[in-house]
Amino acid sequence: MTDLLANLGLGFSVALSLQNLGLCFLGCLVGTLIGVLPGVGPIATIAMLLPITFGLDPVGALIMLAGIYYGAQYGGSTTAILVNIPGEATSVVTTLDGHQMARQGRAGIALGIAAMGSFFAGTVATLLIAALGAPLTGLAMVFGPAEYFALMVMGLVFAVVLARGSVLKAVAMILVGVLLASVGTDLETGQERMTFGLSFLSDGVDFSVLAMGLFGVAEILRNLDQTETRDVVRQQIGRLLPSRADLKQAAPSVLRGTAIGSILGILPGNGAVLGPFASYAIEKRIARDPSRFGRGAIEGVAGPESANNAGSQTSFIPLLTLGIPPNAVMALMVGAMTIHGIIPGPGVMTKNPNLFWGMIASMWIGNLMLLIINLPLVGLWVRLLKVPYRLMFPAILMFCSIGIYSINSLPTDVMLIAFFGLLGYGLIKLGFEPAPMLLGFVLGRLMEEYLRRSLTLSRGDPMVFFERPVTAVLLVISVVMLVAALTPALRKSRDEVFTEA
Amino acid sequence: MTTTFTRRALGALGLAATVGLAGQAAAETFPQRPITMVVPFAAGGPTDIVARLVAEQMSRSLGQQVVIENVSGAGGTTGITRAAQASPDGYTIMMGHMGTHGAAPALFKGLKYDPAKSFDPIGMAAGTPIVIVAKKDFPAADLKAFVEAVKAGGPKVNQAHAGVGSVSHSTGVLFDSIIGAKPTLVVYRGTGPALNDLMANQVDFMTDQIVNVATQITGGTIKAYAIATAERSPALPDVPTTKEAGLPGYEVSAWNAVFAPKGLPQDVAKKLQDALASALADAGTKKRILDLGGTVPSTAEQGPKALQALVESEVARWTPVLRAAVDASGQ
Repeated sequence: MTDLLANLGLGFSVALSLQNLGLCFLGCLVGTLIGVLPGVGPIATIAMLLPITFGLDPVGALIMLAGIYYGAQYGGSTTAILVNIPGEATSVVTTLDGHQMARQGRAGIALGIAAMGSFFAGTVATLLIAALGAPLTGLAMVFGPAEYFALMVMGLVFAVVLARGSVLKAVAMILVGVLLASVGTDLETGQERMTFGLSFLSDGVDFSVLAMGLFGVAEILRNLDQTETRDVVRQQIGRLLPSRADLKQAAPSVLRGTAIGSILGILPGNGAVLGPFASYAIEKRIARDPSRFGRGAIEGVAGPESANNAGSQTSFIPLLTLGIPPNAVMALMVGAMTIHGIIPGPGVMTKNPNLFWGMIASMWIGNLMLLIINLPLVGLWVRLLKVPYRLMFPAILMFCSIGIYSINSLPTDVMLIAFFGLLGYGLIKLGFEPAPMLLGFVLGRLMEEYLRRSLTLSRGDPMVFFERPVTAVLLVISVVMLVAALTPALRKSRDEVFTEA
Repeated sequence: MTTTFTRRALGALGLAATVGLAGQAAAETFPQRPITMVVPFAAGGPTDIVARLVAEQMSRSLGQQVVIENVSGAGGTTGITRAAQASPDGYTIMMGHMGTHGAAPALFKGLKYDPAKSFDPIGMAAGTPIVIVAKKDFPAADLKAFVEAVKAGGPKVNQAHAGVGSVSHSTGVLFDSIIGAKPTLVVYRGTGPALNDLMANQVDFMTDQIVNVATQITGGTIKAYAIATAERSPALPDVPTTKEAGLPGYEVSAWNAVFAPKGLPQDVAKKLQDALASALADAGTKKRILDLGGTVPSTAEQGPKALQALVESEVARWTPVLRAAVDASGQ
């Protein structure tokens, strides 16, 4: 305990220097802004800003880059709530209820609760990293390919729960998502699958392309189709910050979301991506009236947003303690650290205590700054909704195109968002929801990889999924949840919900 | 027939003259605007890091920014294909790599460039030695015992690699063919997850670039049997070379080198070569590359001629080994 306090003391003494405070603020601000711009993600931004940090000392540079990362995570939720575009896989579920709240004139409350939930989750996650970072690394080692496969199966079952309408349509969408994920070069043989000889498909479909098309462009098409709903959003702005009653309603969701997000974030195999989905599914399951979900339930924003932020913080644990980047942004952080002469790995904590504890302390300060930056901005963002849509949508389209181009510098990606936009519009018109499809897409690729790897390691013996306790438990939970979702009684209530809508 | 031919010939002459003139005019003032260096891999990886370190110094001596553009995909061949098709004016250059300019012809059937013919080589930038690493519980005490264990274990031994066309794949397959072993290949999407499973004892061994594995080795979460270079690396002074450890045939390094599209005006090429040479002579850049465990090419290894020879010998070295591996994987 005294060690922890001494370490945190060291961390804060590093993070509170004037220069590092300034860099932290700058990082959070830049992160928020690029997070808000649809498509311009943290990867492109960090890559662009990397050369600028050459002149800084490594700790300051990394504090700033980390700020961009979690600032962008936060800013992404703003776009998800206001214009229904998820910038990252982790903000897909925020669009479900967040954007509905915005349509009901409760955009400010959604943004406010997202900021507060994120801050709380960030605080808890920071403490968790500081206190248990090293021992928690052991958890990462328990998770082999078979465990990850079971985790992904559970994630897909969550996707069924996510859906608002018919179970059949949700399952269909998930399968289409899984199918889309299998486009591209086969990992093991190097053969191309379902690319139709098109070279731009050889690496598969990019998540951002799919998300921006299915959500962003499709949403624009739908809005142009029915102008009156936009006017509703514009007329009622409502109160800007959550009321006491809102907070009370959201608090338990925030707690649960934080716990789920923190645990999943520690897994180096991209477990953080499941956090918001799992949180949403659980909130919906235990809610007294699940039919409110998908129509602007505050718990549907508070839980996933907390899980998202907690996960994005705890995913620093595998990076700092193992040197394993759990996702593309973290891989970039490894590069940034390496360029600054610090190679993340088991030795960082002892060899560079200044850096390790300084970064952890700066994460908490960064979260505080995000709250300070974002609460006043809520008013500004909400006022953005008042901008006439004929000016708004070309701007959104332009930012989407620039953003998507900036990821891989491929013109074909820009054309693909148009294609997926049309597809998404068609799906909305036919009553299919894009969210389960996106989850199927994200998890499908991981699931296939882990399944094949487990079977390679077990030499083709499927018992590998039942012999290990963690795997068996996760698979049993999945089966139980699936059965519950498919039981006639439940299905009936779901159908009623659907027809009411 | 004749007229068309003459017209074409004249046109070609005229074109050549214009290009020549433009080339001269350009060389006097080159570079007038920022130069794009295409990196065919994602930002943050070993090649990207070398490119950024070198580009930073080249910008200083050229007086214009050398901007990194990451175009990843298909084992790096997407970015190189695109850069190869850029106009050869010196404003588009690329950071090639052992994979894109050595292994690619064996692995990618429809490759739209020829590593030895489609480029004007500028020069070597850096080498990253390959290290043979295993899970920390692997029983063998030294490389000889390790090689015997891998051979004896046959398909019971699990060898990890980071995907078809990756450095760990090519160098791993080369290792297997040299020692005559056939372990089970376990594929990962990138080095990170592969290392994670190596640390967690899920797989037995892999071969990879020193920059990816050095901290895990010094941290004791995995163990190293040998480094595949002629001399020991200052980043891992305790790890013997393959020659010392009794496997002299396995000497391999993932190299990075700067190329330009074919047809660069000579003066422009010279300026780029000089800028690269002065970047590598810079003490700070050198130190950073060495700190990562990389190697800086000697003066003899630098320059376009040495690079051209390297590319040709690498294509010849990788093609048979990788073709055999691809055939064996059941395609």
